[in-house]
Amino acid sequence: MILSVAGKMPMRSIRFLALKELYHILRDPRSLAIAIAMPLLMTFLYGYAVSLDINNVVISVIDYDQTAESRQLIDYYYRSTYFGPADYEPDRSDPEGILRRGDAIAILTIKSGLATALENGQEFELGLLIDGSDNTLAAAVQGYSEGVVNSYLMDRMPPGMKMPGISISNQVLFNPDLESSHFFVPGLLAIILMMISALLTSITIAREKETGTMEQLLTAPVSPMAILIGKIIPYIFLAFLDGALILVLARILFDIPFAGSGLLLVGFGLIYVSAALSIGILISSLVKTQQVAMMLALIMTMLPSVMLSGFIFQIKNMPTFLKIISDIVPAKFFLIVIRGILLKGAGIQTLGIQAVYLLILMTILIIIAALKFKTKVD
Amino acid sequence: MNNHAVEINDLSCHFGSFKAVDRISLTVEQGEIFGFLGANGAGKTTAIRMLCGLLIPSGGGGQVAGFDILKQSEEIKKNIGYMSQKFSLYPDLTGRENLNFYGAAYGLDKKQILARTEELSNRLQLAEFIDRPTLSLPVGWRQRLALAASLLHKPKILFLDEPTGGVDPVFRRKFWQILYQLAEEGVTIFVTTHYMDEAAYCQRISVMHRGQIILRGKPYDLIEQHRAANLEELFIDLIRGRENADA
Repeated sequence: MILSVAGKMPMRSIRFLALKELYHILRDPRSLAIAIAMPLLMTFLYGYAVSLDINNVVISVIDYDQTAESRQLIDYYYRSTYFGPADYEPDRSDPEGILRRGDAIAILTIKSGLATALENGQEFELGLLIDGSDNTLAAAVQGYSEGVVNSYLMDRMPPGMKMPGISISNQVLFNPDLESSHFFVPGLLAIILMMISALLTSITIAREKETGTMEQLLTAPVSPMAILIGKIIPYIFLAFLDGALILVLARILFDIPFAGSGLLLVGFGLIYVSAALSIGILISSLVKTQQVAMMLALIMTMLPSVMLSGFIFQIKNMPTFLKIISDIVPAKFFLIVIRGILLKGAGIQTLGIQAVYLLILMTILIIIAALKFKTKVD
Repeated sequence: MNNHAVEINDLSCHFGSFKAVDRISLTVEQGEIFGFLGANGAGKTTAIRMLCGLLIPSGGGGQVAGFDILKQSEEIKKNIGYMSQKFSLYPDLTGRENLNFYGAAYGLDKKQILARTEELSNRLQLAEFIDRPTLSLPVGWRQRLALAASLLHKPKILFLDEPTGGVDPVFRRKFWQILYQLAEEGVTIFVTTHYMDEAAYCQRISVMHRGQIILRGKPYDLIEQHRAANLEELFIDLIRGRENADA
């Protein structure tokens, strides 16, 4: 119904609608806070506070070898910034208890025979018991621990000699220091754009319903399509402004590279924002009050964008049904795009499949939103 | 084409099995003040919304300002003004900004908006508060601003849905003086209310009950016919009688 009247757009009405919306945003401290302060706050939070990097994780060592070699290895652990010693000597008889009480996050057990094995180039196994209650931390400890052992072995062995025992190849691409901020901050772009586009638009349309101004507008000879376009234009600008803000902060504060094409990112951004706006419009046509719109927007957009997009949790580790759901979360594809463009300098060749997915999602969402948007009041 | 401002026949609106408006017919003459009465939930707002093109009728039809309500709602919208019971203004905008915005929505250009704002500001005595945020205004002033917004495009018919809810008697009296002036200039006024003193100001009234029109006529004729002391008594007796009959 609204598509049929899209033919001739009353530019003047649209301009006034957009201008009026801008007034709303600028005069409402709440929406201004959501639009400007939230992205800043989230950038700081995810950039600084939420960190998957490990620093001085307490690791207890039980050394049965008691040789110069074993003490040197322990020294390697504690000299790294990643690990630090426990405050007191652990009770060797009850390693599990140490972890249960939280005296240490991990316990390294060195059996006797390390020195001999190193000398003869034999296989040797170190025991590492890790507190798995925080699985991200556990995975990090595992990885960093391997790193420490590796560097110990590298330093010990004269060049050219075959490395004894464990041969681990830990090569990390694109984020060589494994900085969490490089992982999170680009991803934030997906979250913030979704929030501005879906959350704020659904609230602003619901507000017009709540105050009765939507009814008033619909009695004016201005098409519903024009009303919609006028209302969303400021949010498109706002979304891009926020995007730019995050990218600048990312550069200044966290030294995050921008390896790829800015134009490509803008192109993908437009598709993504269109999809998000459609969700916002769809939500607003389902509800009558701002409160419900906000709740629904949080559940339908923010939650999946944070939890099911790969922003924090890896999708490959999810159960099948969540994996399937993640396929209809636009943020999932946009995340791959942003990380690809910023960190790896990926071009359209590698991101083509994401482009296709995003375009399909956007088209479906626009159609549903257009069909659902009511041109009459209830 | 006839000369009636509003003419509807068997107009109905059903929500599922609930008949909010059940086959009502009425005519309103040009320049008339037509009162649409009824208790809350009688179907008045639903009927007005159909006339303004906000709701699609489930049955029946009619014309508003000479245009078919089923097929020409866009034409109707250009010729009517609508003021809802909520005084639909944007609270964070000033009165003038609200008028500018609604003027643009009605397709007026800058000059026209400026001229009309000036004119209406004098007429409705808005000058004092037109540049203040609407939120901070007393209800009576908001009401006059909302009226100004609905008059910007010089509508031929003005639909007012409980325009005086929550407004004090002094403001209400002033408001009705303005409506009288408008009617004298030829604007048709279609107003719903449940204040019976206001109903007495109308030239003709219709009383709705449970989606149907149960009484119509000139206020003083009706009082005489039913030997009631006043409209209020007549109204209450009538509704009570209906309810007893239904029970």
